[in-house]
Amino acid sequence: MSRFQVVSGKGGTGKTTVAAALALALATEGRRTLLVEVEGRQGIAQLFGAEALPYEERRIAVSPGGGEVHALAIDAEQALLDYLQMFYKLGSAGRALKKLGAIDFATTVAPGVRDVLLTGKACEAVRRKDRQGRFVYDHVVMDAPPTGRITRFLNVNDEVAGLARIGPIHNQAQAVMRVLKSPETAVHLVTLLEEMPVQETADGIAELRAADLPVGRIVVNMVRPHLLDEGALRTASGGRRKEIAKALTRAGVTGSAGLVRPLVEQASEHAQRVELERAQRAVLAGLGLPTAELPLVGEGVSLSALHDLAEEFRKQGVGDEAADAAGEGPGDARRPGPGGGPGRGVGS
Amino acid sequence: MTLDAGDVSGLDTDALLDDPGIRIVVCCGSGGVGKTTTAAALGVRAAERGRRVVVLTIDPARRLAQSMGIDRLDNVPRRVDGIDGQGELHAMMLDMKRTFDETVEAHTDAERARAILENPFYQSLSAGFAGTQEYMAMEKLGQLRARDEWDLIVVDTPPSRSALDFLDAPKRLGSFLDGKFIRLLIAPAKIGGRAGMKFLNVGMSMMTGTLGKLLGGQFLRDVQTFVTAMDSMFGGFRTRADATYQLLQAPGTAFLVVATPERDALREAAYFVERLAAEKMPLAGLVLNRVHGSGAARLSAERALAAAENLDGVGIVDQTAGKAGLGDPAGLTSPETADVPEPLEDRASPEPSLSPEHGDAPPPRGRTPRADGSPDAGPQQDDEEDTDSTSTGEAAPAAEVLSVEELTAGLLRLHAERMQVVARERDTRDRFTALHPEVPVTEVAALPGDVHDLAGLRAVAERLATGAVSSTTGAA
Repeated sequence: MSRFQVVSGKGGTGKTTVAAALALALATEGRRTLLVEVEGRQGIAQLFGAEALPYEERRIAVSPGGGEVHALAIDAEQALLDYLQMFYKLGSAGRALKKLGAIDFATTVAPGVRDVLLTGKACEAVRRKDRQGRFVYDHVVMDAPPTGRITRFLNVNDEVAGLARIGPIHNQAQAVMRVLKSPETAVHLVTLLEEMPVQETADGIAELRAADLPVGRIVVNMVRPHLLDEGALRTASGGRRKEIAKALTRAGVTGSAGLVRPLVEQASEHAQRVELERAQRAVLAGLGLPTAELPLVGEGVSLSALHDLAEEFRKQGVGDEAADAAGEGPGDARRPGPGGGPGRGVGS
Repeated sequence: MTLDAGDVSGLDTDALLDDPGIRIVVCCGSGGVGKTTTAAALGVRAAERGRRVVVLTIDPARRLAQSMGIDRLDNVPRRVDGIDGQGELHAMMLDMKRTFDETVEAHTDAERARAILENPFYQSLSAGFAGTQEYMAMEKLGQLRARDEWDLIVVDTPPSRSALDFLDAPKRLGSFLDGKFIRLLIAPAKIGGRAGMKFLNVGMSMMTGTLGKLLGGQFLRDVQTFVTAMDSMFGGFRTRADATYQLLQAPGTAFLVVATPERDALREAAYFVERLAAEKMPLAGLVLNRVHGSGAARLSAERALAAAENLDGVGIVDQTAGKAGLGDPAGLTSPETADVPEPLEDRASPEPSLSPEHGDAPPPRGRTPRADGSPDAGPQQDDEEDTDSTSTGEAAPAAEVLSVEELTAGLLRLHAERMQVVARERDTRDRFTALHPEVPVTEVAALPGDVHDLAGLRAVAERLATGAVSSTTGAA
């Protein structure tokens, strides 16, 4: 399984939760994953009930088998200062740049520099190795920007490599693209069984493919159990209301006569939803990608609910793939960083 | 600030749309809460109440755009057909590159405009990197307002990293374009040239050198060319960014914060409410989308479940399969339900088998097993099963297969689930209103499917208009 797992999805589909559950699922038996966020929302900290994450990798959860999830909120400005420090030893000049608004310029306005820094930092973590030459993280999971922006976000390095045609930014951008377009990366899209997210998922997949970015799975999130099927519904609306009223009374419900209509109405709405969900499943099936499904976990995802979701991922084979891939992971030294250093630094 | 200070009767969207003093309504909120649909529905409603309205959408879902005839990116408002009454509805989808190009062309001479438009740095900037979309949305809003052709502009906000970006980005871009850094790129000497500034000058040249190394000389030259060409426009950019910001603060503007009754969306909404107050932007209220209710609210989830339990095992064979499928989704089976005595004969006592196969179970009273032997109690999540029951069109056999007890138990479980949702949503909403009792709220009842035609938008608008929630009593 790819070492860099990018999780995107339409707003409101729960991609932060899915990314967190995936990071936990991949952190089996002593393995270590890094969960990164790039949008400055502190969504990971909220999810894990931790304090706001600093620009620093820290352990945020352990999985039952002794695996660890570390988390990092990547801050573009910090990443740029790091970068300047690393390559140019620009301690005080960095501060001067900041005063002049140059850092602000670079991280908020300059085309794509911000996204280059964010993806660059994540790729650095993907490739970082310890002294023994083993990968520091078995997997890096990114809570990425939403579907509508994901292709541009990941592909920005191509654009930047074109704009800055020489120099370290150019090299860095190209190095990042090599990771992103390789099988080391998988971009997963989170969706709900609703029309708009599914449509956006289909569009997103087409865009990713057009940009040669590796699409992973479709994760269908917040799947609700079906409590009644169509046959039951047809029956309900088919004139058995009196019988239903009697059954309600037998079951100890008072004033059942007035309840039958709203109950049947709710059932009919439910049937409509089931029908829509089925249609959306068909659309998703037509996209020809592996899928995973996570159940709806109600309001306020707790840590234990996250573990349950992770377990759900493992049951669906996500963890197994991790186990398969792990054998070849550590010790793999095919990709020395372009900086030639000991593997520290943005994108090196 | 709220438009209905002291009013606890909720958000009256019709009053807002009818108010001739309101010229701009801004819909904002986090992603996926239905901002675009809300903006479009408000547009339809206002037009059908007689106003001349334009809806500016940023990134509408395709079918919604098609339904309004604005799926073409030509960056001008199009009249929407099918509006009843005297009013008019126009709609447009923002083309941010085009808006940027037009802004450049409008504010500089042709030759310089061409130099800017051809600059690679400009081309990337205008194609939609950080902040451009937000800036251009506000630019377009300013343009539409300046044309004064519409009594009401309803604007959707971009799907930003955070809902606040559209407030910050114009200022950011404005201050960048107008800032020291840009000046420095054009002519470092101007800043560092004075006596006594020598030290700074050294820093400057070192810095531009660094930037050159970092970005590559060509890129820096592109930026410098761009900046030089844009020089004449800087003042204008800054002025317009400021003007748009002031327009948003003016009394003719009303912000609607859109959210769904979910924790994250309402947390963002609360943040937004606070931020609008800090910026002195006029907040009209909160639109709470996709709220669930129940016509049978007097029957609580607990009682519904207890009643469903009473019906279980009555003439039902495969109810264990039903239970497995139900999966007790929200942990809502209360422990005491186990103690409720079963009033009726317990002929087929439940076996804790999770297998959907039940061919060896005794046939239930008054039921005929389906010939294909497939499970017949609804709750399977299995696609094939669902498809089977509909595609074959066996309505009659399916109806016979299900006992009335089973059916009724299913209805009760469904109701219990609904009541759980209702309670959870109300809790979430109440947490928000406790924090911001001054914000009027309207609730839009959930529709089973997506909206993509005028009729759907009308239905949403109707719900918007009638969903006002008293901040003290709450709604059932």
